[in-house]
Amino acid sequence: MSTAPVIGTLDDDDVVPPPSRRRRRREQRRAEASSSHYRGRGWTVAGYVGMALVVLLVAVPLFWILITSLKQRQDIYVRPAQWLPDPMTGENYGDVTTRIPLLAYFRNSFIITAVTSAVKIVLGVLSAYALALLRFPGRRVLFLVVIAALMVPNQITVISNYALVAQLGWRNTYQGIIIPLAGVAFGTFLMRNQFLGLPGEIIEAARLDGAGPMKLLWRVVMPMSWPTLVAFSLITVVNEWNEYLWPFLMSDDERTAPLPVGLTLLQNNEGVTNWGPVMAGTVLAMLPILVLFLFLQRQMIKGLTAGAVKS
Amino acid sequence: MSISATPTAGGSRPPGPPPPVGPAPRRSSGTWWEWTLAALLLLPNLVLLVVFTYRPLVDNIRLSFTDWNISSPIANGVGLVNYTEWLTREDTRTVLRNTVVFTVATVGVSMALGLGLAMLLDQRLKGRNLVRSVVFAPFVISGAAIGVAFQFVFDPSFGLIRDLAARVGVQVPDFYQQSGWALFMVTVTYIWKNLGYSFVIYLAALQGRRADLDEAAEIDGASAWTRFRKVLMPQLRPTTFFLSITVLLSSVQVFDIINVMTRGGPVGNGTTTLVYQVYQETFVNQRAGYGATVATVMFLILLTVTVVQVRFMDRGHQA
Repeated sequence: MSTAPVIGTLDDDDVVPPPSRRRRRREQRRAEASSSHYRGRGWTVAGYVGMALVVLLVAVPLFWILITSLKQRQDIYVRPAQWLPDPMTGENYGDVTTRIPLLAYFRNSFIITAVTSAVKIVLGVLSAYALALLRFPGRRVLFLVVIAALMVPNQITVISNYALVAQLGWRNTYQGIIIPLAGVAFGTFLMRNQFLGLPGEIIEAARLDGAGPMKLLWRVVMPMSWPTLVAFSLITVVNEWNEYLWPFLMSDDERTAPLPVGLTLLQNNEGVTNWGPVMAGTVLAMLPILVLFLFLQRQMIKGLTAGAVKS
Repeated sequence: MSISATPTAGGSRPPGPPPPVGPAPRRSSGTWWEWTLAALLLLPNLVLLVVFTYRPLVDNIRLSFTDWNISSPIANGVGLVNYTEWLTREDTRTVLRNTVVFTVATVGVSMALGLGLAMLLDQRLKGRNLVRSVVFAPFVISGAAIGVAFQFVFDPSFGLIRDLAARVGVQVPDFYQQSGWALFMVTVTYIWKNLGYSFVIYLAALQGRRADLDEAAEIDGASAWTRFRKVLMPQLRPTTFFLSITVLLSSVQVFDIINVMTRGGPVGNGTTTLVYQVYQETFVNQRAGYGATVATVMFLILLTVTVVQVRFMDRGHQA
């Protein structure tokens, strides 16, 4: 397998450039064979039972939320509960869009996620490139400065940041939400490791061919680093989409509030008395990221678990 | 989840011996234009980190010695008053207890369950990759959405738990009104969201381990429990260490689930953790000075715990 210091998951394929499909399949088979030694029928049965239980554990609450969102109001407040909505109705979904400006929350979420992610990805790649492949004094110190930011929880910085941003008059603005979140520590760490793992001969050869630093980055380094960049991008998108505390403090209403904050406002208004629209809103808020996960699960799992260091 | 994935000690160490690739040794200091380029590439990120991470960290300590109220332009220095207040206030003990209970329970249960499940699934089973994705899925959903959803799951009158319990003739407690049960509710919700993370990482570690050691021990007649303790756990030690730090850091920082589900209640501070108290004192009670004090205390506690964890790991390594 690869020697990259960052491992992902069991179908880890950090090899650069990406191995051919056949090789990947071979490696996967080998990994499976080595890891999946037969331990007797008892283990197999226990394995399937465990799988079934844990799938139920995850799926039943999600199913519960979904069916509630499809029930008529009076059918939610009955005992015992209806496990299949009868009749099934989409009215909660219409209802939720009139009770709160749901579209505005979606718009804000998209704007904030897209802009923050784009800025973070660009800044992360550029700083990682400088820290990995350019020569300048103080490189290690600066790397430590970037990395140590990971140890500072957001929750400790919010008080002072709130004061600063409020002073600038940036509350309820996109820049007030985005700029304080835009510094990137983990992504820089991830990309730097990736760049340091690239074969030195290729980079040296490109340099001797007279490639300037930016051409080297764009034509040589990046084409060999797509899988890690994809992982980094996905972590960033997921984290920004789910970001809560900072936008919650920064925005009072639909001008800038993203979905998770909008959901809180909805819940404040309807609370336990009207679960139908609240569950419909919850389903809508979960849906985009779950769809993304459905299509990119391997890359997302790899990205979100990156950082577990081998050795 | 903002620092859901944190590098282990191995990652945050200075990069050791010069990397074998990349820079050629003879041009180790670079040229002036290379310095300029590096500065241009690094500067925006460094400025953001300094202004929005390091500056507030220091400023937070300064604020903890004032009576600032978050909106006024004036903050008066009050010396150690906030700290003595923290030490003597009655709710301090409750908040610390809630934080410890929540953290220990979430870290312990999600790691133990994650490991158990990973061990069960570390064999050739049909549909294993599907299960891996299903278990991981809640980890990508927003905590706020999960909090709202699980508030209804735990609804004492019409929720999922009540319905299932009633079907087997069990009465459920009032998760909304009873402090202990409210804390139980947010803990379970958090574990549900984060179980997949420990599970996936343990599974990857199990697949990368040396199965032959286990087989050798089995041939030598070691019992299953001995093999687990003496063969498997030592091999998983780096993973366990990594998880204990990352899971702990992210669970101490939980805000979304608590804010959505209980707002720190019931009865005042039934589920208030340190992070939630920082928010409440600063932004609800408008006592930013006191909030900054709690934040500083929390940072010191986190720092101490992490250092102890790293020490503990080092000692275990030498033994």
